[in-house]
Amino acid sequence: MNIHEYQAKELLAGFGVPIPQGGVAYAADNAAYVAAQLGGDHWAVKAQIHAGGRGKAGGVRLCRSHHEVAEAAAALLGKTLVTAQTSPAGQLVQRLYIETVEPYVRELYLGLVLDRKIERIRVVASSGGGMDIEEITAHRPESLLQIQVEPAVGLQRFQARELAFGLGLNQKQAGQAVVAVMGCYRALRDLDANMVEINPLVVTQDDRVVALDAKMAFDDNALFRRPQIAEMRDPMQEDARESEAAGLGLNFVSLEGDIGCIINGAGLAMATMDMIKYAGGEPANFLDVGGGASAERVAAAFRLVLADRHVKAVLVNIFAGINRCDWVAQGVVQAARDLRVPLVVRLAGTNVEQGRQILRESGLPIITADTLADAAAKAVAAARSAP
Amino acid sequence: MSILIDESTRVLIQGFTGEKATFHAREMLAYGTNIVAGVTPGKGGQRHLERPVFDTVKQAVKATGAQASLSFIPPPFAADGLMEAADAGLRLVCIITDGIPAQDMMTVKRYLLRYPRDRRTTLVGPNCAGIISPGKAMLGIMPGHIYRRGNVGVVSRSGTLGYEAAAQLGALSLGISTSVGIGGDPINGSSFRDHLERFEQDPETLAVIMIGEIGGAQEADAATWVRSNMSKPVIGYVAGLTAPKGRRMGHAGAIISAAGDSATEKSEFMRSCGLHVAPSAAELGASVAKVLGS
Repeated sequence: MNIHEYQAKELLAGFGVPIPQGGVAYAADNAAYVAAQLGGDHWAVKAQIHAGGRGKAGGVRLCRSHHEVAEAAAALLGKTLVTAQTSPAGQLVQRLYIETVEPYVRELYLGLVLDRKIERIRVVASSGGGMDIEEITAHRPESLLQIQVEPAVGLQRFQARELAFGLGLNQKQAGQAVVAVMGCYRALRDLDANMVEINPLVVTQDDRVVALDAKMAFDDNALFRRPQIAEMRDPMQEDARESEAAGLGLNFVSLEGDIGCIINGAGLAMATMDMIKYAGGEPANFLDVGGGASAERVAAAFRLVLADRHVKAVLVNIFAGINRCDWVAQGVVQAARDLRVPLVVRLAGTNVEQGRQILRESGLPIITADTLADAAAKAVAAARSAP
Repeated sequence: MSILIDESTRVLIQGFTGEKATFHAREMLAYGTNIVAGVTPGKGGQRHLERPVFDTVKQAVKATGAQASLSFIPPPFAADGLMEAADAGLRLVCIITDGIPAQDMMTVKRYLLRYPRDRRTTLVGPNCAGIISPGKAMLGIMPGHIYRRGNVGVVSRSGTLGYEAAAQLGALSLGISTSVGIGGDPINGSSFRDHLERFEQDPETLAVIMIGEIGGAQEADAATWVRSNMSKPVIGYVAGLTAPKGRRMGHAGAIISAAGDSATEKSEFMRSCGLHVAPSAAELGASVAKVLGS
């Protein structure tokens, strides 16, 4: 799960990470008011979306008066921002973060990630702040400093100190950087984040070290014990059908094609989508109904898939282990009664004969398939022949 | 022979008395698995499915000589149960549970390293379908009847793709020595490579299918190992050619986030390491038949 910059900063500040002064705004006059409250004469108006690359896409405006703040806010709110990290459709801006501009002399990069390869938390820092990590890795690999955190004891201050001095900071700056690194680490660990990125972490003229931007992502599997994080979810930044699916216990990802997919198991779902492509078609979605797929869940899956008007055919592929083909078939028959597109069903595994019998006896025009290849080929043919 | 489990393996079930565990334990017993005990804290002294229930894994091991565990413990308590099983000296622990926090798995993996290699627990899963040595024993939730006994080893991240492989092999009259699901999470108890090493040592296994998916470097690590250490043919497949970057495809671990994570890159790397890459998921069985036939 992703959160907004202002939420990440609020969380990190709670762990002692220094951040500039700022406030969130939902309307233009609200933004000017926040700027007035902050004081000073130089503000950044920052679009809050769940994607990076905002600066280059015009999502961050620097302002010199309250009037400019209001104008920038009016221009950004309600705008769809397309950045290098969003989909081509972009993300809608509904919240702004108004922040005091901190003049700085150096930009650094600081990132912490739960690294699946080493099965440890990895801290990465670079003097190449402002560039994203891919650019740093490609163009300035020599500037990368890394720490692997031993899980049994956690990050130690000496490691943070080595990092700080390795970045060429002076004694006063290094002391501040250690506070920032340790704070980010504790936030990641204590809140079950899997990523914290401060880019840039800046050094101010008066030797302070401040997080100018902040990004955090959280482990969905740990949200059950982090209710304060779960509450930060912004459904408006997520695909509406994906949010609905999550509420129903279904894994769903919408795609661009025209063959709707209802499958059990994430691996089989991906493989079936690949088979559709291999057979010359394009999947409209990824959908894993999961284990214990009841007739109700199958019916809910159909509703989700058919909500996409581009869908010209539906392919159901169930290899039942925990599931039972007869339950799935009952759900399919219920959902298929008022179906407007061709339906291809392939059942295998537990209770497959009972399942097939239910489909046959329904009298519905269901196209059945025995194998994965057969199912994909029939679905592609059905979608092509659809009007 | 087979790897990890056979008909003599003495199995205990963690979270034994729960609804799902009960259903699958019945299936496993019907398959012939030697289940000797169950553990559910607070229910020690009861009997369930005609087997004794214990409060702790240590008690169960002491009383029954259990060697392996299958865990159905729910996510908030799963890591604790894994460490308990390792501490009780079980040599194999397989966990079906989906949804365990990644940091918990990080802790568990570190905990396992406390023990010297010769008594270290092999952990399989989480978020997997389990292990089956067809005709001998089943430690998982798969439909046992689709598995035919034979000489092909299967190691898969996905449960259902493992079933798909078993069905395709069966249709070609090919059987399986052991099928292992390593699970769809970003941090797994054991890797493709861990099980490939076992299959290489197993006289009953003549070839191995390795079924991967997008995300992470495990497929590449395993392929690198195969190139210089494996004498038996390995057939590879990677699901997720059509998966978009940065989106989690059901499994917590199935996300393209770095170079080398995509299905195309992984498949090409496997090929460069001398693996036989199945052209599609519909040709897993046929690819094995072709390799074994030649």
